[in-house]
Amino acid sequence: MSTPKANLETLPRSVQVVLVLGVLALAAFPFVGSDFYTQMVARMMIMGIFAMSLDLLLGVTGLVSLGHAAYFGIAGYALAFLTPQDAPVSLWWTLPAAVAASALAALVIGFFVVRTQGIYFIMVTMAFAQMVFYLFFDNKALGGSDGLYINFKPEATLFDLENKQVFYYFTLACLLAVYAFLRRLLWSPFGRALAGIRVNEHRMRAMGFGTFRYKLAAFTLAGALAGLAGYLWGAQSGFMNPDLMGFHMSAHAIMMVILGGMGNFAGAIAGAFAFEYLLHLFKDLPAVGGFNTAKHWQLWMGLFIVLVVVFAPRGLLGLAQRLLARKEARDA
Amino acid sequence: MPEVLLKAERLTKRFGGLAAVNGVSIELWRDRIHAVIGPNGAGKSTLTNLLSGDLPPSSGTVQLAGRDVTGWNPEKISRQGLGRSYQKTNIFAPFSVWENVRLAAQSRAPHAARWLSSATNFEAVNARCARALELSGLQDRRHAVAGAISHGEQRQLEIAMTLATGPQVLLLDEPLAGMGVAEAERMVALLLKLKKDHAMLLVEHDMDAVFALADHLTVMVNGQVIASGAPADVRADANVQSAYLGEEGTHE
Repeated sequence: MSTPKANLETLPRSVQVVLVLGVLALAAFPFVGSDFYTQMVARMMIMGIFAMSLDLLLGVTGLVSLGHAAYFGIAGYALAFLTPQDAPVSLWWTLPAAVAASALAALVIGFFVVRTQGIYFIMVTMAFAQMVFYLFFDNKALGGSDGLYINFKPEATLFDLENKQVFYYFTLACLLAVYAFLRRLLWSPFGRALAGIRVNEHRMRAMGFGTFRYKLAAFTLAGALAGLAGYLWGAQSGFMNPDLMGFHMSAHAIMMVILGGMGNFAGAIAGAFAFEYLLHLFKDLPAVGGFNTAKHWQLWMGLFIVLVVVFAPRGLLGLAQRLLARKEARDA
Repeated sequence: MPEVLLKAERLTKRFGGLAAVNGVSIELWRDRIHAVIGPNGAGKSTLTNLLSGDLPPSSGTVQLAGRDVTGWNPEKISRQGLGRSYQKTNIFAPFSVWENVRLAAQSRAPHAARWLSSATNFEAVNARCARALELSGLQDRRHAVAGAISHGEQRQLEIAMTLATGPQVLLLDEPLAGMGVAEAERMVALLLKLKKDHAMLLVEHDMDAVFALADHLTVMVNGQVIASGAPADVRADANVQSAYLGEEGTHE
């Protein structure tokens, strides 16, 4: 018996085709792009993983976390602590360890925050993230306001992450694995329960679902996946500083998810790519008559997001879907 | 004497100085419909919320299937065998009818939290869902989006979702609210069918339906029970007539 699916979560064939083309383009990119752009696209993919992890809370479960960068940062810092000054460290145990550190932090913080609802949830997630931020910012032992350097990329034995192309493809593999995992999760009984919580938590409880446990599991998993992104970020950039777990970072992740379209993970990736690209674009704007337009990139970004929200409430992916559907109708 | 499945004793709920429910004792028996009537604001919905765990009582006790469930949260009470429907339609509007009921059935499936296999692959859940849909007469509407079906069908969906959790005790809060004549007749027939194997609390304003269905009738006014007994006796009660039934009580 077929199960009809809510519109927000299903990707029509036309969008699926676009996504496959996008993956092919990503796979081919290092052959045509310069080192600079290869690194930039790798960074976009890392932010894509981060945005997907937030989408699990924001778009699927309906939990607006305004402190998601904390879990991104914790895993990155874990890599910084685990990497000695003068030698690389193995990927195969530091990656699980760093992700576990983020997951543990999310589990402990989640234990308190998922009891709260609505505006209180937003405030409490932010408050905990600020606590984590200042813990690192104010402690010289934790790197202080300058942060920590990671002198070596993790060592994987089988492949060499110091090679920019190899790092790129490793990141791409992580992106695709996380996407495939989350898409499966979305249609599993667990994913359906999370969607039920987003739509009507009260009714879920009346039907016997212990929603606290479901929300805590989602919060922990989202923290772990944010940690994966943070680990990759630390490995790629070679440093971690408190700004990476700060308020702006959390807010950027929300903008990415809204920009791309919530609740289907593909939108989160599209949003992360668009956000990072626009950031690059706006920061390079020329000065116009003594007005430094590049310095005020947030102004243009804000304007762009307002336009997307007003004219494409389902994000860029939703917009693509609408345009493709119109084209199909015209061609038919 | 039929088996008592739910027994509430001297339940009281205070909101500030107001006792919305004041010392109410009530029993629900297997295979019987216990109707509660009363004017708006009498405390019927509050009573339902106290029994389902949506509200904790200020004092008094609730026993469900032999266990003291006073102060339990709604999910735990639900798993103990209580299902309820709501006065205001309380469904998953963006989901299909099937998915609404499937979710309800999933709540009782072991491995319900499994992460990687598709939710459609659980035969026991699907079978339970199909049964509840058939019983409530919605099997032909299973692909429709729940928010887009008629009000009457949404009321049927409420019942189907409640049934899919396999409850022993049903609390139905105004299942006929806002229904047309034909829809109401279908719903009355459905409730009669459900009487078997369930203990049912029926809060309802439609007096024709109440007298057609109820085995036992309780009248509440201002948070208190003013009469309780066989429907015919309650209808004849002078207090009840002046307090609530008025003209309606004698119209037959």
